[in-house]
Amino acid sequence: MRFEPRATVPLWLILSAPIAAIILAFLSCSLLILWTGSPVWAAYGALLRGAVGSPFALSETLTRAIPLILTGLAVAVCFRAKLWNIGAEGQFYGGALAASLLGTAGLSLPRPGLVLVLLLAGWIAGGLLLWIPAWLKTQFQVDEVVTTLLLNFVILLGISYLLEGPLKDPLALGWPQGRALAESALLPRLIPRSRLHAGLIIALLAALGVWALERFTVWGLEMRAVGANPEAAKFLGIPVQGVILYTSLLGGGLAGLAGVCELLGLKGYLTLDLSPGFGYTGIVVALLAQLHPLGVVGAAVFIAGIYVGADTMGRSLGVPTYLADVIVAAALLWMLVCMGLARYRLRWD
Amino acid sequence: MTVNPSPPSEAPLALKVVGISKRFGTLLANDRIDLELRAGEILAIVGENGAGKTTLMNILFGHYVPDQGQVWVFGRPLKLGSPAAALAAGIGMVHQHVVLADNLSVLDNILLGTQPLWHLWSRRQEGRQRIHTLAEELGLTVDPDALVGSLALGERQRVEILKVLYRGARILILDEPTAVLTPPELEPFFQTLRQMAGRGLGILLISHKLQEVMRISDRVMVLRAGRVVMTGKTAEIHPTALAEAMVGQRLPAVVKDSFAPGKTVLALQQVSCGVLEQVSLTVRRHEIVGIAGVAGNGQSTLADLICGAIRPHQGQFHLYGQVLRLISPAEMVRHGMARIPEDRHKTGLIGSLSLWENWVIERYRDPEFSRWGILRHRQIYQQAHTWLQTYDVRGLQSGDPRQALQMPVQLLSGGNMQKVILARELCRDPQVIVAHQPTRGLDLGAVAYVHAQLLAAARAGAGILLISEDLEELLSLTDRIAVLYRGQLSPAVPTQATTLTDLGLRMAGQEVADAV
Repeated sequence: MRFEPRATVPLWLILSAPIAAIILAFLSCSLLILWTGSPVWAAYGALLRGAVGSPFALSETLTRAIPLILTGLAVAVCFRAKLWNIGAEGQFYGGALAASLLGTAGLSLPRPGLVLVLLLAGWIAGGLLLWIPAWLKTQFQVDEVVTTLLLNFVILLGISYLLEGPLKDPLALGWPQGRALAESALLPRLIPRSRLHAGLIIALLAALGVWALERFTVWGLEMRAVGANPEAAKFLGIPVQGVILYTSLLGGGLAGLAGVCELLGLKGYLTLDLSPGFGYTGIVVALLAQLHPLGVVGAAVFIAGIYVGADTMGRSLGVPTYLADVIVAAALLWMLVCMGLARYRLRWD
Repeated sequence: MTVNPSPPSEAPLALKVVGISKRFGTLLANDRIDLELRAGEILAIVGENGAGKTTLMNILFGHYVPDQGQVWVFGRPLKLGSPAAALAAGIGMVHQHVVLADNLSVLDNILLGTQPLWHLWSRRQEGRQRIHTLAEELGLTVDPDALVGSLALGERQRVEILKVLYRGARILILDEPTAVLTPPELEPFFQTLRQMAGRGLGILLISHKLQEVMRISDRVMVLRAGRVVMTGKTAEIHPTALAEAMVGQRLPAVVKDSFAPGKTVLALQQVSCGVLEQVSLTVRRHEIVGIAGVAGNGQSTLADLICGAIRPHQGQFHLYGQVLRLISPAEMVRHGMARIPEDRHKTGLIGSLSLWENWVIERYRDPEFSRWGILRHRQIYQQAHTWLQTYDVRGLQSGDPRQALQMPVQLLSGGNMQKVILARELCRDPQVIVAHQPTRGLDLGAVAYVHAQLLAAARAGAGILLISEDLEELLSLTDRIAVLYRGQLSPAVPTQATTLTDLGLRMAGQEVADAV
């Protein structure tokens, strides 16, 4: 048995790889469901119902997909230029913190104006948080995997301090949470009596924007070139360090935007459980999407659906909800296998 | 399977290959190849890049499994697809790029992996003795206790050959063995080959260089597009016929016109940088200046310096008669210098990017190709297609041009990659061209093409600096030649006043008595 590289990979094969990966992930996880003693078919039925089975379920899935699309983009953009951004979680909170500070500062702006200002502030905060590791990388060759990862804890602990201390809402009955934002700062609901908010539009626009940026602009070309072969890019006259720096502002900004959308769309005040690891899940989203910005949307909706559906599965059949994590992880692993099979041909000798 | 009864006049058949075919996707890399090698014989396998030589060697050595065909070694069928089986059968391979551990001694490198783990030390003396005997018999003199890192490339190659022989190889496959040798090292190397053949080893020699093949081999086999197109006794084949069999057509001879050189376009004055010491150099319009030298004497530093990749510590860099203060790759691109780097894969192209992206990669900021940061795809496609077609890049002649331009450049052959670089660098009518090993690893047809393009550029008025290890190339193309030896550049002498032997000696660091 051996592998041979394919000369060209047809598009249908690239597109069918993720579908095959998802099917294989479900198949392999059905063993775990059997282990819990529940019928596999009913469990997956419950999962599907919980994810997309009703307008409400669908709206919940899409709501959960919003931050995942944005953090997925944040990671995908950086990985494309080989800037290993593991810090989307920190950038997410950085963005949320900036928006929370400005949103509770009593700015008197009409609705769309204030939202735009907060989005911009979140973008800048997230961007700067990634710019620092990127700058260290370009100047002193500091490994950004380490710095971005560790910055997450710095930011989380910092926010924890702020919420226990200076930013604590005195009306929150002692809970560590920030003050509520002004009404005009909140994102409107897209569907009444659901939680789905206008962040979805922002996320979709961001995905389209990143796609267009990568495809149609000189910056996209530069990012691809630097990511594919930094040495050649430098020799060919591309300002490699500059490219890494603006990529960091773009990627970090998108993660910051995710934080702002979550803050303005759902809670309206800053807490420490604003993100159940959206930044880290963003890495899975980006890899599952093969770093393609439009693929990120699909991958984010899929993963959001699994998480939301797993709650229903857990409630109705008693299957542990953390099975969602296992399914997502299995999907990623199978994705690697399937992409490998798409790029290579398996030969039996 | 019976052992081939060999006629008394002939040595036993060491290697017999029957009907080997290997397909990669749509490419038929080996098409029903038959081959016979007798003990004591040197068989040269020649062919252009992509002719299937390497595939065949990899099949023999067990790296690839052929789709069809069989191999016998000394009358026994060889289990294909297993390097261990090939080694056990006595097939030894010396790769083009020496693979040795620099931090170990020669002895340890040879013994590495040949002894059982738990008594490595007890057999050392025995191993040393065997290596000594082998080396004595074949004239492969090398100090067994020297660190491999301290050896010259030629010596390392000897270690590599010893290593293979130590493991009991009876068939030796040598992949482009002379690529790392200086001209003075060639003669002893050929003698070693003869001696090894004399001891009954079957030798398969893969080579590009026709003169060497003509000199050393007993028989020659020519591969083209995966097929055997010619085999025969070397003594009975004319070199021209061999070259034509390789290419499949008549090769145009290099015609070099002479021009009166014009203004100086590129000059280095007393530049020191890394290994380079006080290097001075001028290149004038209409002129091709060659830099000869064995790899590792400072060529890469010189090329990087002129391409803007590194800055000089000392000295002045003049371009178009003006001192260059800012030295960076982007600056050289801005000045319209055409740069053909040594390594197509590492610096010349970005493999996973498409043809059009690689073509426009130095100029995408030009208003012609982008406005307000938006790429003007239509103009880029149009120009890229025109120029890549002008420079004869394969795969653009038919079909949808947009589709063809999306192909990742890494799927092209070496020759076509070089044409992409030429199309990018030469389409702007450059005044200065720096070409570092522009024909390395290319097949004869592509070499002729690159040479023709460089000559055409010189005719059009460019000043060209050609850094090469191929002396024939330097002698046939350049107007003046300088030799780089241990970071020192000799003054450039007119090419007509120098000879191959002369250059060879100077490359080895020997002073030549001035005959002129």
